Amino acid sequence: MKTPVLNEMYWLVKREFWEHRGGFLWAPVITGGVFLLLNLMGIIAGEVIGAQHGMHFMFNDQIHLLDHTLSADDAARAGALMDMVMYSTSFIISIVLGFVVFFYCLGALYDDRRDRSLLFWKSLPLSDSATVLSKVVAGTVLAPVIAMICGVITGIGMLLLFVIALSFHGVGAWHLLVYAHPFRVVANLVGTIPLYALWALPSTGWLLLCSAWARSKPFLWAAVLPLAVGMMLGWFNLLGTRVVGSGWYWGDVCGRILLSVFPGSWLGAGNYQNVSSGTEHALDALNLGNAYGVMTTPSFWIGAVAGLALLAGAIWFRRWRDDA
Amino acid sequence: MNAVVAASNLSKRYKNAAALDNASFRIEAGRIVGLIGPNGAGKTTALKAILGLTDFQGELSVLGLDPRKQRGKLMEQVCFIADVAVLPRWIRVREAVDFVANTHPRFDRKKCEAFLARTKLTPNQRVKQMSKGMIVQLHLALVMAIDARLLVLDEPTLGLDILYRKQFYQSLLEDYFDENKTIIVTTHQVEEVEHILTDLMFIRDGRIVLDADMDAVGERFAEVMVGADKAAEARQLKPLDERQVFGKSIFLFDGADRARLEALGEIRRPSVSDLFVATMKGTYA
Repeated sequence: MKTPVLNEMYWLVKREFWEHRGGFLWAPVITGGVFLLLNLMGIIAGEVIGAQHGMHFMFNDQIHLLDHTLSADDAARAGALMDMVMYSTSFIISIVLGFVVFFYCLGALYDDRRDRSLLFWKSLPLSDSATVLSKVVAGTVLAPVIAMICGVITGIGMLLLFVIALSFHGVGAWHLLVYAHPFRVVANLVGTIPLYALWALPSTGWLLLCSAWARSKPFLWAAVLPLAVGMMLGWFNLLGTRVVGSGWYWGDVCGRILLSVFPGSWLGAGNYQNVSSGTEHALDALNLGNAYGVMTTPSFWIGAVAGLALLAGAIWFRRWRDDA
Repeated sequence: MNAVVAASNLSKRYKNAAALDNASFRIEAGRIVGLIGPNGAGKTTALKAILGLTDFQGELSVLGLDPRKQRGKLMEQVCFIADVAVLPRWIRVREAVDFVANTHPRFDRKKCEAFLARTKLTPNQRVKQMSKGMIVQLHLALVMAIDARLLVLDEPTLGLDILYRKQFYQSLLEDYFDENKTIIVTTHQVEEVEHILTDLMFIRDGRIVLDADMDAVGERFAEVMVGADKAAEARQLKPLDERQVFGKSIFLFDGADRARLEALGEIRRPSVSDLFVATMKGTYA
């Protein structure tokens, strides 16, 4: 908060958080909570049914593994399994995050025009570029950070839930926790946030542009326009006049401007090519080096530049759209 | 002295109609200017041009800045309440004060809190829980705590009850206005502002049709109540307007000879609303 510019950005982002606390904070918290609750209910149901039928559902055949020292191989497998649990919670929450960010961007420059509170914001000495930028930061940095924290906490909660459930069976599984790699998981998740912000640029740019431009129904414009263009292209291709590849359009244009706000959507088929099978390698796809591999493709950077151009358009409309 | 607002040949066309049609005017510092006009006359467009919210043709300088190009700098010294109750519905009193305090370099937090203390607003209250009058109280508290050189008010009291309306203008006069500040206000409730205005501007079809300070208005315009016997004589002096009350005629004159008017009957200063109605005759016809 040293320089005025940073201070301004801090308060602008804070304003977004105040306004969208429901989507940014409560949506991931509730998702995580519901996820934990469902698992708890599942475990209890398993215990009750198991007790009724005299059976053990959980780790029945492997339970002996837990009692003695694990071999290096088993330890790695147990660690990977626990890492997977931690990722899985983040995965669920990141789907929710995708929806939140999508609709946040779509409304960010539209809602205040509709309810005319734009006139209040515009009465303050804030530049339109800073305003639009603060919405990008709120959507693709602040929201993912909060979602990640919720994801990790939920993941840890899941592990504790399992360990406690096991300890009811007299199995001390606490020592297993040391085989998990929480720091690596967190580092991988934190590391993907800059990747996410860059990858999502075409979507944030397009959605914010629609949000700043549409006189009504920004969702329809944002979604229907690219779909209609795609169908026209398909139609032309059907007639034999090949303008541009339909497949390229759907994947690299339409998909990127609408769906890039979903974290992990950069994981294409290419990411799995070098990954051999087996649980201990499945997670490699999530490793930062692997994820950042997408940055070596030109389409990643073309998308980012196109996203910046769309953002510039959004700023222009924010400045001159005169309908409040 | 430098004009706070200097406009020459402002024009702005929307699809079918001219909202501003070569309007030229100057507003000096330390004035309270009433910009009065019928619906669709171009008041709001003129204010939007001053605030840099819309594009236009012509030349306009506000505090020496071009509102189209230097809006960010301009808004540090200009404040506005555009229409009633435009505060975002989700914001809390505390958040609004925090936000403005941290983003506006000329905001005085203590002042704002003192204004708020006079109202029933509580820090955790959200705008959506407030009545229209309370929203305006909050907005006014925020705006009056900003040491701006120009305050623009566009229909600031529309839809408020008379208690809030009186309080609004009273606060502005007592706690805000001084010789370094300038206020431009548009309103249809002319009777309520006519006693605080120093200058009057009538706008019609995008043109400024009257631009005078209140003293000049009093000298230039006169209202005379004339008996039926002298009515014909009065009509020869080309009154702006004539209306009948209790069998007598009231004539409104623009720049007529005082001595001749006195011979006709009792001279009064016309109210701004009568003047407005006379000037705007036939606008909607």
